[in-house]
Amino acid sequence: MAVTIDPIHQFELKPLVSLGHIGHQQLAFTQSALYMFAAVGVIALITVVATASRSVVPGRMQSLAEIFYEFIADTLHQATGDGGKRFMPLVFSLFMFVLILNLFGMIPYAFAVTSHLIITFGLAALVISVVVIYGVMKHGTHFFGLFVPSGVPKPLLAILVPIEIISFISRPISLSVRLFANVLAGHIAMKIFAFFVVQLLLAGAWSVLSPLPLFLTIALTALEFLVAALQAYVFATLTAIYLNDALHPGH
Amino acid sequence: MAQPNPLTTPPPGADTQLVPGHVEHAEAHSGAFPPFETSGFLSQLIWLALAFGLLYYLMDKVALPRIQAILHARAERLRADLDQAQAMKAEADAAGIAYETALRDAQGKARDIAQTTRNELAAEADAKRKALETELNAKLATAEATIRARTEAAMGNVRSIAGEAASAIVERLTGQAPDSATLDRALDATAH
Repeated sequence: MAVTIDPIHQFELKPLVSLGHIGHQQLAFTQSALYMFAAVGVIALITVVATASRSVVPGRMQSLAEIFYEFIADTLHQATGDGGKRFMPLVFSLFMFVLILNLFGMIPYAFAVTSHLIITFGLAALVISVVVIYGVMKHGTHFFGLFVPSGVPKPLLAILVPIEIISFISRPISLSVRLFANVLAGHIAMKIFAFFVVQLLLAGAWSVLSPLPLFLTIALTALEFLVAALQAYVFATLTAIYLNDALHPGH
Repeated sequence: MAQPNPLTTPPPGADTQLVPGHVEHAEAHSGAFPPFETSGFLSQLIWLALAFGLLYYLMDKVALPRIQAILHARAERLRADLDQAQAMKAEADAAGIAYETALRDAQGKARDIAQTTRNELAAEADAKRKALETELNAKLATAEATIRARTEAAMGNVRSIAGEAASAIVERLTGQAPDSATLDRALDATAH
């Protein structure tokens, strides 16, 4: 019974085309990159191909694209008001990208791109860069008023300003770790519970208990679908909230 | 809070997060935890930038303007249809009001005609009745005058008869006819 559990194996990058090295870094077209481009393809299928007819009465796919659009437009509008419209392509792209990559991860044997911290961190860093660059361009030094809460006594500011700065710096970290950790932990949990089924089936009389982890695996799978959609939504919402700071830095 | 390029240079806080990754990486060749395998980071970031850049371009230039145009066209269409429906409803309402006005006018006119006719008839009947009443009153007055004349004549006769009878009675009793003055006085006394 040499069945060994390896819940980590699923996260390994597999170079499909190796492109050489730059120092320590290995350059390769991996399955992760393939999934990312596949996600772009699927999103383009929903939002570009399905809307090509521009029907007034939409078909299923066009309806889907419209629902996503209105959902993100509403979320963005609630967080940022009218000024946030210019960030619609960014927030919409982020939401669709994370959502489709998360859902790809739910396909058996598929690779969960968002389980890699560097990917989620790259997206979070993009968001924070946009917030800082746009904020400074639009408001100049006034943007840094973001760290100075108004209506607070001067002595308190000495404590509050560092806290505000730390909380701002921790945003890209929390944004990226939240998504990465959810996907990673979910996939590991599913793998482990699914593995328990196999292990129990091979354990003689204990195999009568094997339905228990099976049911748990099914429940976890449902939960992971929820997490996949929810985390994409959370990512988009937090992006919109952070962008609001760039648009209206006054506290 | 202006970082040179957060995409490739993680902020200071991120380093502490990545410490476990670095530790793992020290034993990378003996099966490090893949998400913390730093040797693939640059490659992954490059592919992420390319894929997300492509996605952003598609969304920004093609998909979102198109979806927006579709939604806008639909909203316009709905608004136009609603406006048209509103106009039609207003038209129908106006027609209804016109009908009601016409109906009310006609009813008023009919009522006027009926009233006029009724008034005319009433006046006519009234006139006839008055004429008849006058005629009857005249007749009545004539009849009353006749009755009064007859009564007076009769009463006059009664007096002369009573005078004659009284004078005859007195003559028989006394053997002498009373003079006419005494007789008149006696008659007057009994008459009243």
